[in-house]
Amino acid sequence: MSVASVYPQLEALLPRISKPIQYVGGELGAVVKEWDAAAVRWVLMYPDAYEVGLPNQGVQILYEVLNEQPDVLAERTYAVWPDLEALMREHGVPQFSVDAHRPVGAFDLFGISFSTELGYTNMLTALDLAKIPLLSRDRDETHPVVLAGGHASFNPEPIADFIDAAVLGDGEEAVLEITAIVREWKAEGCPGGRDELLLRLARTESVYVPRFYDVDYLPDGRIQRVVPNRADVPFRVHKRTTMNLDDWPYPKKPLVPLAETVHERYAVEIFRGCTRGCRFCQAGMITRPVRERSITTVGQMVKEGLEFSGFTEVGLLSLSSADHSEIGDMCSGLAQQYADTNVSLSLPSTRVDAFNIELAQELSRNGRRTGLTFAPEGGSERIRKVINKMVSKEDLIRTVVTAYTNGWRQVKLYFMCGLPTETDEDVLEIADMAHEVIRAGRAATGSKDIRCTVSIGGFVPKPHTPFQWAGMDTPETIDHRLRLLKQAINADRSLGRAIGYRYHDGEPSLIEGLLSRGDRRVGAVIRKVWENGGRFDGWSEHFSFARWVDSAAEVLPQFGVDLDWFTTREREEAEVLPWDHLDSGLDKEWLWQDWQDAMSEYEQDDCRWTPCFDCGVCPSMDTEIQIGPTGKKLLPLTVKPGLKV
Amino acid sequence: MGRPKNQPEGGQAPIVQRVRLRYTKRGPLRFTSHRDFARAFERAIHRAGVPIAYSQGFSPHPKVSYASAAPTGVASEAEYLEIGLREPVDLNDLMRALDAALSPGLDVVEAVESPGGSLADRIDAGRWRVELPGLADDVLRLAVEAFVAADEVMIERLTKQGMRTVDVRAAVVSAVAVPAPTGVGVVPCAILDLVVRQVSPTVRPDDVLAGLRVVADLEPPAPPRATRLAQGLLTTQGEILDPFAADRPTAIGAPSA
Repeated sequence: MSVASVYPQLEALLPRISKPIQYVGGELGAVVKEWDAAAVRWVLMYPDAYEVGLPNQGVQILYEVLNEQPDVLAERTYAVWPDLEALMREHGVPQFSVDAHRPVGAFDLFGISFSTELGYTNMLTALDLAKIPLLSRDRDETHPVVLAGGHASFNPEPIADFIDAAVLGDGEEAVLEITAIVREWKAEGCPGGRDELLLRLARTESVYVPRFYDVDYLPDGRIQRVVPNRADVPFRVHKRTTMNLDDWPYPKKPLVPLAETVHERYAVEIFRGCTRGCRFCQAGMITRPVRERSITTVGQMVKEGLEFSGFTEVGLLSLSSADHSEIGDMCSGLAQQYADTNVSLSLPSTRVDAFNIELAQELSRNGRRTGLTFAPEGGSERIRKVINKMVSKEDLIRTVVTAYTNGWRQVKLYFMCGLPTETDEDVLEIADMAHEVIRAGRAATGSKDIRCTVSIGGFVPKPHTPFQWAGMDTPETIDHRLRLLKQAINADRSLGRAIGYRYHDGEPSLIEGLLSRGDRRVGAVIRKVWENGGRFDGWSEHFSFARWVDSAAEVLPQFGVDLDWFTTREREEAEVLPWDHLDSGLDKEWLWQDWQDAMSEYEQDDCRWTPCFDCGVCPSMDTEIQIGPTGKKLLPLTVKPGLKV
Repeated sequence: MGRPKNQPEGGQAPIVQRVRLRYTKRGPLRFTSHRDFARAFERAIHRAGVPIAYSQGFSPHPKVSYASAAPTGVASEAEYLEIGLREPVDLNDLMRALDAALSPGLDVVEAVESPGGSLADRIDAGRWRVELPGLADDVLRLAVEAFVAADEVMIERLTKQGMRTVDVRAAVVSAVAVPAPTGVGVVPCAILDLVVRQVSPTVRPDDVLAGLRVVADLEPPAPPRATRLAQGLLTTQGEILDPFAADRPTAIGAPSA
């Protein structure tokens, strides 16, 4: 049965809201397929506003991979702003896809990508607007299978009641495998209903179906165990890893929006995974091993991506881009190729050393200079040992001064506050560091016209990291340290004037901590917050700490736990963690040992250039490090002049 | 080496050809704002391989200049811009390449070589068609008659200077309720045909509708759909002169209806 577009109803609402263009689709790269011709239909959501969600790489990659299948249709949907939400409720317009404006409830699969837990309330809005029951157990064959992915799905327990399934890890192959299962089940006439479909998905051992697992609790509130409630599902669900990134050169046809979005560039991942071993970094832990995309594939993707999109900015993305084994040749090759054009190249996520300045110099050859950001993360040498961020103060100052002497007048320094074992003194050393940077920079350049910006983020302990056992500092402690730091930076007025200071207060981090390490009982808090109006929790103008605190106080006591229990409480080795049955490949004993090493301020080297340290990922996932160098070079582009008619 | 502040080496290639284009905003893409369009057009230039000229200076910008853009949410068959090129191109190829590089709905429909001077000098008025779904013809006709009969129609509107009272009557050259199509299955829809002079502050179709509310309490039951049909110089007969008419010998594509 075909499905009608809701556009006629929506169109009448669009003149009454802000930025209607974000809801009409029509992007370059967007695909609209015939509904009836598709055997399997996906709708993919990034649960934030269009301007944030559209550039998301994960969604763009899966959208393209799925639409390349002849009998598969994939569309996209994003969180609607409260102005449109109110009108949609008033006029009975359901959550819709932006591609063909089809109702989300009509699709077979509703995949939601969670980069951050703060999108959970937006998921509930979308489900509700789509007229899909909020709880998985209330859905039937007429509803889509609600599937969570993205980094947050490595602990989907807080949303376990709302989703039907979760996929851990890389999505390229997983979505095709899930598609095949759904295609077959539908072709057979949907035998056994929704339960049978979920069971078939669960049997792959890489799709987690929460309803097939029971959680038992101890009298003190801790988890006793998480076990399957039926014989034919696995005890542990494993993450997916896409190997050979050269075989998956997506996005080939990036989406080019008409509306303004947060990133207007062609982004290409130059590698996945990171083994630098920063202990706070969930991304680095759960995306192992390192898999490089070769210099030639990157060159090809950049060329075709720019030709397709018309973008004039290229981002070479990864968790630590300067670590690519051929980054030097890649940067000089690309810089040469685009030297006489108005294309600018950028390399986010770089480490603190002079090599980075060389790369940045290379990339700014055509006069387009991008900003430089360094992330020492911790203020003191001691805390940097705790978090395994091996940067000495001397290195940092030397690097920044090199940037100044090479013509940069502004650098950004990124730190975290609230790290395990942190004291006021650790944070105050950030001020010393910033002062010395300015002092040394002025001495080296003979100019007062240099600046640095100190940017502070709140630390949130994440599942599948050595800090998963850590207790968080209270927002009061964080805010106190941030105030002390501000005073210390401005204690010297001459230096203080050259230092910008940006920070987030501690409250949102605490809630992110609740959602990151929560268990199924936290689902009641999310629901309560949403019922009380919680939307767009990643936006400071929409986030309400009081709403979260009040909702937690309302629903958690029935379980004998509270907000602090989930956030500021340090866990012990023996405690069953809510995500223990979800396998990121990391050996829990290794993680515990790394946590102990953190306490002893003992650093861990990178396994790309030192022997394997047995984190467990490669053997348990049957994967291996894939790095170059390939020895190949990028050749100058042969651009055919003239109009592309 | 990084380039020191101040000025770039060399200069930008000079402009050797200026081309004026007419383009549309159709269907859902009527919600494209002018900023959105400008961004999309710049990308289309790159995708299409247009040899665009750039402004001089440290932060060169592509040479594109726009004539008055229709408001967000208003469709248009008659938007105009001019580009400067560093190499001459075939106008037909240019039009096709740019049209293919823009989303469907943002369509490049006509190209002429610029005779020099300013595009803005060719435009001082526009014709609009406003569809008012669910409104009966005669209701609109009476309201329009009251509006036309008035010497001035003052409305409140938000400008950059804050709320101010504006006379919307003076700018309206003609306002006519045209008979709507009738027939089985056609939802009643009154149609307003407007010719409006470009004045400051601009008088837009929704301002005229606000004026109809003032003079006749007209409340459209559903959001109106406006389309700009033409722009150009107003003749003494109240017609709008096609801004490309004088350059028509080199014009490509169908003249506007």
